[in-house]
Amino acid sequence: MKSYVSPEFIVTRDQDRCIRCKVCVNQCSYETHYYDEEDDILHSRNENCVNCQRCAVFCPTQAINIQRNPNHYRSNANWTQEAITGIKKQAETGGVVLTGMGCDKPNLGYWDRLLLNASQVTNPSIDPLREPMELRTYIGSKPDSLELETEENGGVMLKTILAPQLRLETPIMFSAMSYGSISLNVHKSLARAASEVGTFYNTGEGGLDRSLYKYGDHVIVQVASGRFGVHPGYLNAGAAIEIKIGQGAKPGIGGHLPGEKVSEEISRTRMIPIGTDALSPAPQHDIYSIEDLRQLIYALKEATDYTKPVFVKIAAVHNSAAIASGIVRAGADVVVLDGVRGGTGAAPRIIRDNVGIPIELALASVDQRLRDEGIRNKASVIAAGGIKSSADVLKAIALGADAVYIATAALVSLGCTVCQKCYTGKCPWGIATTDLWLTKRINPDLGAKRLVGLLRGWSLEVMEMMGGMGINAIESVRGNRLLLRGVGLTDTELKILGVRMAGD
Amino acid sequence: MVLKDVINKIPENLSIDKHVAKIDAYGVYYRDLNSLLRSLDSNGIEKIEIRNVYGQRYIGTDLDGHINIDVYGTPGNDLGAFMKGANITVHGNVQDGCGNTMDHGKIVVYGRAGDLVGHSMRGGKIFIRDDAGYRVGIHMKEYLGQRPAIVIGGTAQDFLGEYMAGGVLVMLGINMKEERRHNARFVGTGMHGGAMYIRGEMRHLGEEVEVTDLEEGDFRLLGSLVDEFCGYYGLDAEKILESKFNKLVPVSSRPYWNLYAY
Repeated sequence: MKSYVSPEFIVTRDQDRCIRCKVCVNQCSYETHYYDEEDDILHSRNENCVNCQRCAVFCPTQAINIQRNPNHYRSNANWTQEAITGIKKQAETGGVVLTGMGCDKPNLGYWDRLLLNASQVTNPSIDPLREPMELRTYIGSKPDSLELETEENGGVMLKTILAPQLRLETPIMFSAMSYGSISLNVHKSLARAASEVGTFYNTGEGGLDRSLYKYGDHVIVQVASGRFGVHPGYLNAGAAIEIKIGQGAKPGIGGHLPGEKVSEEISRTRMIPIGTDALSPAPQHDIYSIEDLRQLIYALKEATDYTKPVFVKIAAVHNSAAIASGIVRAGADVVVLDGVRGGTGAAPRIIRDNVGIPIELALASVDQRLRDEGIRNKASVIAAGGIKSSADVLKAIALGADAVYIATAALVSLGCTVCQKCYTGKCPWGIATTDLWLTKRINPDLGAKRLVGLLRGWSLEVMEMMGGMGINAIESVRGNRLLLRGVGLTDTELKILGVRMAGD
Repeated sequence: MVLKDVINKIPENLSIDKHVAKIDAYGVYYRDLNSLLRSLDSNGIEKIEIRNVYGQRYIGTDLDGHINIDVYGTPGNDLGAFMKGANITVHGNVQDGCGNTMDHGKIVVYGRAGDLVGHSMRGGKIFIRDDAGYRVGIHMKEYLGQRPAIVIGGTAQDFLGEYMAGGVLVMLGINMKEERRHNARFVGTGMHGGAMYIRGEMRHLGEEVEVTDLEEGDFRLLGSLVDEFCGYYGLDAEKILESKFNKLVPVSSRPYWNLYAY
């Protein structure tokens, strides 16, 4: 069948600049570029280009320019390019349209309509370059009260036995991305960076490669519906365990890692046969209720002798507040909320862009609900999905998060340009792929360095903003919504966010 | 916890004779019971007898050694969850999630089982003398040298072997009348690996499986599992193996490959 889908991008090459080095040919895993020996000239197949910019960045003479195809359909505000293209693809294949990364639609986020405060006159600001600033955060269940004991020598001892805690030197962790959806070298980069900075990286549902066990003190191991790679050694290898119920990019549905990606290494780590699709069922089949969730939480606690905090991750959906309350009452130490902008290696586009709610609203309502019920201390709350900057981090914490998870931002620091083609498994940046030819493009040492750079930069910015508000400990920002003001929001939005209008 | 502390906590419930420990679990909270099992296991005890078990969960989870545990009564959900080596014999029925995500070891049940037997297990063996509930063997897996096995003596409910990605599931229908079929519906729905051997006819199969005849290798595998099963329960393996078995295998190792556009 002839495809009616026209190329999304046009690749142009300045032939005067091109030195025929063929770097573009070697760099593109979609076979966009080819060399014509007879005419000694390089050409491009526009239809293959995903505009990941790999060739343009690596072209030594900047000869390549990629643009959106100007010759596209006559789309309008309603019948967009995406809507028309999607229908044509579906008519030709009868399939579900896939995509990668987080929702790319406008108007689904609130970060940019929330503004932070700063001290002026009445309350002096603090200069973080010269004065101590505290970003350290402890994640885990906190006791209802503390019992202290005075020792004979006058010292004071904590008598209360604390639940296990994670110590974060900055309130930013790397969110779940499975080995399989991203490469081992990316996992290595994340693990090394987390260890160096003093934070945590999440394995995702694909298990933990043996070579990464040594980073265990900075690893959160995930248990998802497929139970890939879950065994007692794995559960005990990490510092915490996360039960994945849902993901912001695809709430309520499962996933398939295609058989082509299940190599011998992936097979060993996931504990599944080579070459078969790795199916993650939509629900965890031993969890059909909050009571069942409690059962799995305690199965995991039993399996690790109550030494590790157990996270429960849900996608932000309509009843998140009530669900989160149930999760805390089920015994979770940490609740993770993943908003509608949360990323993915592969999801049906229709689900990604239409299911779930913005993280800002879910976070505010969950924090408020847990406070109203007097159980906010029993679990930490982590916000995930669509955190793009240090300002988003600080705003999330002011809305009630204890810390945030980032994933897309981490991949962008490694080279990702958010071309949204992760599901093809051919990532030219060597990130969302298991093809050994491509994965070697990420050097774990340099990758870790870039990630550390990102976390350092964001942490410095967070401290600057805190200092500007006259605050020297992140603890004072947590759930402090007076630090936020809204712009362009309705009364209902302000009420749910628990934030006053700017100027008020 | 060190053994001494645990023993001090529930002294009247525990007796130890050389390498054999006996526990009266009546009224013991599951957390204390499992903590006791862990410390017995790490202190060189080779065999544990637990009597008066009334629904305590997670028995056998997080035990390191190849310890033998005899359970008398009715253990609670998730018996042997994430288990990696122990041998558990249950003199009674087991509830839901027996052998959940099990890695190694063996569970032998002298009775019936609830739902989700061997959920996501990828190693070890489970033998159930009588019937079992829904979703038995759901998402069982195999990899490299590990191949788990479940043998059900009677029949099981719907979604037997759902999403099965590997391993062996045997259902013997021993107590069923000759003319009756297994009542389970959607057997093998989403199956994409492994094999099921079923004695007797099936009422309803999932779309992703097909029925084939057994070949020589199948008879060897089935024979050894049935022999082991009959050894535990004093049954005649030869007589059982005389009957016709159906083998259920997945149509494809990639049942959902054509779901997507590009």
